[in-house]
Amino acid sequence: MSEWLENHLPKMVLAPSFIAVLVFVYGFIGWTAWVSLTRSKLLPRYEIKGFVQYDKLFDSPRWDTAMNNLFIFGALFIIIAMVLGLLLAIMLDQKIRTEGVIRTIYLYPMALSMIVTGTAWKWILNPGLGIEATVKGWGFENFTFDWVVNPDLAIYTIVLAAVWQSSGFVMALFLAGLRSVDGEIIKAAQVDGIPTWRIYTAIIIPSMAPIFLSAFIVLAHLAIKSFDLVIALTGGGPGYATDLPATYMYAMAFSRGDIGQAAASAMIMMLVVFTIVVPYLYSELRTKNDG
Amino acid sequence: MAPILDIKNLYKNYGATEILKDINVAIEPGDFLVLVGPSGCGKSTLLNCIAGLEPITGGSLHIGGKDMTHVSPKDRDIAMVFQSYALYPTMSVAKNITFGMKVRGVDQATQERKLNEVASQLQIEPLLNRRPGQLSGGQRQRVAMGRALVRDPKLFLFDEPLSNLDAKLRVEMRSEIKKLHQTLGASMVYVTHDQIEAMTLATKIVVMKGGVIQQIGTPAEIYNKPANLFVADFMGSPAMNLIPAKVRQNGEGAQIEITREIGEPIVLIDQKANGLPEDVILGLRPEDIAESGFRAGESVQEAECHVDMVEPAGADTYVVSELGGKQITARMHAETSAVPGKSLCFAFDLSKASYFASGSGERLN
Amino acid sequence: MADLSLNQSASQSNLGKIALRWLLYVLLGIFAVYYLMPLFVMVTTSLKSLEEIRTGSLVALPREVTFDAWKTAWSGACTGIQCEGLRPYFWNSVLLAVPAVFISTLVGALNGYVVAQWRFKGANLIFSLMLFGCFIPFQVVLLPMARLLGMMGIAGTIPGLIFVHVIYGIGFTTLFFRNYYVTIPSELVKAAKVDGANFFRIFWSIFLPLSLPIIVVTVIWQFTQIWNDFLFGVSFSQAGTQPVTVALNNIVNSTTGVKEYNVDMAAAIIAALPTLFVYVVAGKYFIRGLTAGSVKG
Repeated sequence: MSEWLENHLPKMVLAPSFIAVLVFVYGFIGWTAWVSLTRSKLLPRYEIKGFVQYDKLFDSPRWDTAMNNLFIFGALFIIIAMVLGLLLAIMLDQKIRTEGVIRTIYLYPMALSMIVTGTAWKWILNPGLGIEATVKGWGFENFTFDWVVNPDLAIYTIVLAAVWQSSGFVMALFLAGLRSVDGEIIKAAQVDGIPTWRIYTAIIIPSMAPIFLSAFIVLAHLAIKSFDLVIALTGGGPGYATDLPATYMYAMAFSRGDIGQAAASAMIMMLVVFTIVVPYLYSELRTKNDG
Repeated sequence: MAPILDIKNLYKNYGATEILKDINVAIEPGDFLVLVGPSGCGKSTLLNCIAGLEPITGGSLHIGGKDMTHVSPKDRDIAMVFQSYALYPTMSVAKNITFGMKVRGVDQATQERKLNEVASQLQIEPLLNRRPGQLSGGQRQRVAMGRALVRDPKLFLFDEPLSNLDAKLRVEMRSEIKKLHQTLGASMVYVTHDQIEAMTLATKIVVMKGGVIQQIGTPAEIYNKPANLFVADFMGSPAMNLIPAKVRQNGEGAQIEITREIGEPIVLIDQKANGLPEDVILGLRPEDIAESGFRAGESVQEAECHVDMVEPAGADTYVVSELGGKQITARMHAETSAVPGKSLCFAFDLSKASYFASGSGERLN
Repeated sequence: MADLSLNQSASQSNLGKIALRWLLYVLLGIFAVYYLMPLFVMVTTSLKSLEEIRTGSLVALPREVTFDAWKTAWSGACTGIQCEGLRPYFWNSVLLAVPAVFISTLVGALNGYVVAQWRFKGANLIFSLMLFGCFIPFQVVLLPMARLLGMMGIAGTIPGLIFVHVIYGIGFTTLFFRNYYVTIPSELVKAAKVDGANFFRIFWSIFLPLSLPIIVVTVIWQFTQIWNDFLFGVSFSQAGTQPVTVALNNIVNSTTGVKEYNVDMAAAIIAALPTLFVYVVAGKYFIRGLTAGSVKG
């Protein structure tokens, strides 16, 4: 009896967490998927009515804005954060004396809640009292920086704040990657007389491909989740101009009492994440299990 | 006297793969059994099965007369020394050695007494308060052995304990283990891929390949009468010469004809070789091939051979030639007159010759 | 660094090298300003009077330092109907974060131990399934979780929030510990088995003492995630049980009365202090947690 226990104890210890994940992740996803196929409003109804919610979703101009914003914001955020992160990492890789301090400065925004970040940048970008006012006060009377209240430009303020928060992380990732390149290859290149910039472009950066991928995955993930930042910085506004699928979902679920729409929008978000993350996870786990 | 370890018809599968096939071996108390073979032959798996760290798919295993086939490691009355020593990194040497006793609830006084006994025996007293990270390879080895000794087990199991040491240390520790065996008279099962270790330490050797036992015997038996081509080739350094030959029986003994690239085929006469098939592989150890005039006896035959290479090795010189399409090595004395490119008269001592079947590789005599 | 600064003097004049070096430091300085500026602005604004904010410049230092905004933020700001400041909500976050971090770390440690050292059929599959759970957008579980919490009777309570954070934190904590424990040689477990130790004894006597580095990384990561969370906080709490991030948002976005920017900034800093403090003190481990599992090899 005791031997059976000994043999199965590891499984029993892992079981509660596994069951929890099965229920609270996969089970819940299933529930949400189900509800997204019903006519639920304030309360869930379980009669499947097909894709009505999705039709309504794709017809909604607010959702269109949200998805558009997701792609604009997502693309800009990821590209700028990666470029900036790479630039900073390369700069910091040059044997800087105060590297530790500088790294701390570039990375600390990552420790902040997105609400704090949103609050700070909302204040800074305040047209009447923030940067616009300050620069005007320096004599540039015609300077305008009222993006926050401009429906067409507000989404770019989200990009600004998000890049500020996350580029330090990308830098940390890339810096670690830069330093993991085999020193002997670099020395061989130097002996061959290859200039520094060429060594970066031809040798170091290509060998960092997996890290670019990791950074991309994490940033994409952050972009999709960017609920907190939008709420704090613009509240989704002006109007719905900075809505993202996350804020749309929340509004439908808790303000509008339209659970069907909330579920459908959540499933779309899930789908987007799925298509990005699953191939990555699959390849990662496959190589880790080989040998 | 009942065997201290008795393995009968042991099979081990991992999923659909058969890792160990029909293993049968028994040793008496005080034996030093060495499991030897190339990587992947299953020797470590067999050791883990003896220890109870791996389950057995079929067959039985008795330790000290008791059926231990399904008993957990801690109740098998065994102790084990691992290749990487596996010392607990956050515990001091003393705590490493007494951990097992602590788990079993042995009282403090007995723990201390046994610790001191073992520490003085292995001369590790000054190390008792150090952490494994602060010890050298040889010291860690001794602590690992101390941990095993303190259990006073029926069987000591060693899993390639010397593989992580450099050559000189390896030789030192090898003699320490042998000395320990002699002083304690303990029963030991030892796994190694190094056939020199096997030959020097064992009272009984098990040669394994592909999960199957190739031969069980004393070092002398394994060395002088290998059971098949694999054992003949694997054990002994430099390896036994394995020469394809044709046999002609003539009623009394046989004529062994060996073709070669340079010169006429040589014909050796072995009066004790009876009942051999036409195609055989002749096995001769390098030390049984000498320079003419330096070996005498009934079974010594001489023939001129072309010398390909001469390798001086201090006390001996290895002279390389070719027979039957294979490179052969002869162990000659240091002052041999062998010169590469010239021919030399070789003396073949067939008294210890082995004959193997061409196809199966099994021993014929 | 991969020693790129070697051998450059051969191809560049010394003057050019120094100029480039200066440019580098200038650029680094500019970016430092970019990252520090919001913090600077937050601090200075929080120390100014409303009067000064309206008439002065965003980036100017306070002419007259006043801590009134801080007092208000802590105990007087309005988060909806109540005007008790951040204090009760700060305490809510503490009550929420401490147990959640502790439990999720403990569970993650045991899970990681099982997955790393006690292989059994399907263990890897189970681990992969748990790992995937880290990557889902939580929007997709908000609705059913809200219903479940209601059914369990813990909707809108701190224990409810603790429950949620533990469940969704286990994926990450298991990952951290598993990646760490995988580097411990399995012969240690074998030796301990021969010594007679069982599953829990081996964990307690051998793995746990070795785990300090990863415990620190996991605790810092979990604390930062849970303290800074907003989505779960705003979805699963009610008026009295909100965490500090929700309260902060309420203060800043409250539509009643005059906008007190200095109070907003002070409140933001208060909300950020714990995680900022952890970062400054144990930043090295924080970074290790961020890059754990992200960098291959």
